[in-house]
Amino acid sequence: MFKILSTKALAPNIKCFEFEAPYIAQKAQPGQFVVVRINETGERIPLTIADTKKDQGVVIIVFQEVGKTTKLLGTLKAGDYVLDLLGPLGKPSEIKYYGTVVCIGGGVGTPEIYPIARALKEIGNKVVTIIGARTKELLIMVEEMRSVSDELYITTDDGSYGTKGLVTDELKRLISQGIKIDKVFAVGPVIMMKAVSETTRPYNIPTVVSLNPIMLDATGMCGVCRVEVGGETKFACVDGPEFDGHQVNFDTLMMRLKTYLKEERVSLELFEKQSHKCCGGQ
Amino acid sequence: MAKVSEKKVPMREQDPKARIKNFQEVPFGYTEEEAVLEAKRCLQCKKPGCVKGCPVEIDIPAFIARIAERDFKNAIKIIKKKNVLPAICGRVCPQEDQCEKECVLAKKMEPVAIGRLERFAADWEAENNLVEIPPKQPSTGKRVAVVGSGPAGLVFAGDLAQLGHEVVIFEALHKPGGVLIYGIPEFRLPKAIVEREIEYVKQLGVKIITSFVVGQTKTVDELLQEFDAVFIGTGAGLPWFMNIPGEHLNGIYSANEYLVRTNLMKAYLFPEYDTPIVRGRRVAVIGGGNVAMDAARTALRLGAETSTIVYRRSRKEMPAREEEIVHAEEEGVRFEFLTLPVRYYGTEDGWVKEIECVRMELGEPDASGRRRPIVIPNSEFRIPVDTVVVAIGQSPNPLIPKTTPGLEIGKHGNIMADEKTGKTTKKGVFAGGDIVTGAATVILAMGAGRIAARACDEYLKTNIW
Repeated sequence: MFKILSTKALAPNIKCFEFEAPYIAQKAQPGQFVVVRINETGERIPLTIADTKKDQGVVIIVFQEVGKTTKLLGTLKAGDYVLDLLGPLGKPSEIKYYGTVVCIGGGVGTPEIYPIARALKEIGNKVVTIIGARTKELLIMVEEMRSVSDELYITTDDGSYGTKGLVTDELKRLISQGIKIDKVFAVGPVIMMKAVSETTRPYNIPTVVSLNPIMLDATGMCGVCRVEVGGETKFACVDGPEFDGHQVNFDTLMMRLKTYLKEERVSLELFEKQSHKCCGGQ
Repeated sequence: MAKVSEKKVPMREQDPKARIKNFQEVPFGYTEEEAVLEAKRCLQCKKPGCVKGCPVEIDIPAFIARIAERDFKNAIKIIKKKNVLPAICGRVCPQEDQCEKECVLAKKMEPVAIGRLERFAADWEAENNLVEIPPKQPSTGKRVAVVGSGPAGLVFAGDLAQLGHEVVIFEALHKPGGVLIYGIPEFRLPKAIVEREIEYVKQLGVKIITSFVVGQTKTVDELLQEFDAVFIGTGAGLPWFMNIPGEHLNGIYSANEYLVRTNLMKAYLFPEYDTPIVRGRRVAVIGGGNVAMDAARTALRLGAETSTIVYRRSRKEMPAREEEIVHAEEEGVRFEFLTLPVRYYGTEDGWVKEIECVRMELGEPDASGRRRPIVIPNSEFRIPVDTVVVAIGQSPNPLIPKTTPGLEIGKHGNIMADEKTGKTTKKGVFAGGDIVTGAATVILAMGAGRIAARACDEYLKTNIW
């Protein structure tokens, strides 16, 4: 049983939870994730660790409410418990001195890129950050990102904040200015990570992406998170989640993410029907 | 001496037509009368071969003699001296290759049904609420950590707890039992039985912490700071794929995923349980072992119209237990023998729709002693499918080998450990089961746990490595 210490809404459908999990807090490094199982009938879902308070044994997770499990998680309050919290899982990001690093966070990928950017900054890299969202109200962690970046650029699809456009437009602009970029870290929707990798490929800028395939046990056992990297089968849970973006087959990843669309819809509809019932059928 | 009946007393089973519609256990087990009758077939050999065939050295003639005398209580006591998980072993051990193979009757007729009798004694004890916790030896003050709560870890933990050591098991999944819980289906090994036997191990004084990944949450080195010894029984996890074109298509599962979704996450109860599984209409399972049989039979229970085993050799070479093959055949599983998948074809939206296969013939025996399958040229044909389960084996789980310096690792990613002691190349660290041997059987893992427990007790007393 793991206790939720606090909850906070960062944007519509995006929430930030603090969990009491001393072992995980002690160990967690940037780039790693946890698996959450809320209750006995619940599924196991991977969520990236946004931050920790090591001295207090606290693990901070930001998640977007999209399906049944994340929506149910979103209904929990401080003082509630989840049945299982497993981690930290996956390999940590490779944090070292690269020179100039561009960190790109798309949507709910921003809290995931945050600990990476901070760690890169702490050891002396020049950190240029680009964060993007569909619209202004979905932009999260702007001040946190600003505090760990030498330069911060913001894009929105609709132009309601920052530059109108995509994170890759900003990345292209930086590249065209001739700035020497030594490394790119990108976390966000698969389509965005693919676009970032395609943008950097012609310039041979090493690009790391953090993959989010479907997972089950997340400890190297079931093989559902397999991804094709450089023509080989890799397991994101133990070989990743970060991989060389120029080697990843994003198309198979996107296809495999759709495996349970039908079932996810069934689950969600059932959940919404039931939660309406408990507030008096409204 | 009365004439011994040639055949085992048969065990009643669920009718195949009914059982493919449910997940309940297939064989019902012996009644008291049936058990006594079967026990009387035992010749009580002076030099029993069966004991030598048992990896945990149960005094088989003695427990069978007690059953023949209707002294069931002492029968199970004798078993439990050597085996903390008898209801499990009675169900899933490959007895035909172990104790029963060495039975003197086996030379001329069917051997004594040792497995069924073991199962009977264990179930009888539980059903009559007579489970007794044996007296424990006084505390030694030594602490031992066990990584993984599968058969190897449970036996190791149970043995050491009885010897007075404090034992803590760390399990990565949310339920203890390892392959007994996530792998072997309910219809072959009911989870209530696994839970019952794990409860017994807990009552021996073993503490189990779930959702704790050693290698990530804490490393083996960190455990060694708190514990006097560590046993690694993390099993064979990482599934193998054939690396043929199209294997990333949707609807292609590893056996581990297919079975974990069904057994551990109860996907057959979706949407009551949140974890989904694709309920294919035409399912193909690649492989010929017990896991392949489990997957093919699970597919039928999930509603498949056809469930087909695709295996590259013939029925004779299949590594699955005869009983599992027969059960699968009775239930209507189809078999494509001498058949090798070479690629998958998918629909436009990325779902598997056909397997292209080639036919094989058997050549000379290879290193495994089995005749090597050879491709017959121009024999391509396709099997229409919507779900495929790849059940061709798995490698040792990589997490601990990767995070434990000083541990010698074999070329297949397995941990190197002494066969007679379970000792690894790292002081204080023992290992056993599939993480050492590669994918094998429940009872072999238990045997390895027992051997390591003996050596570990010795080490804790002497501190000599």
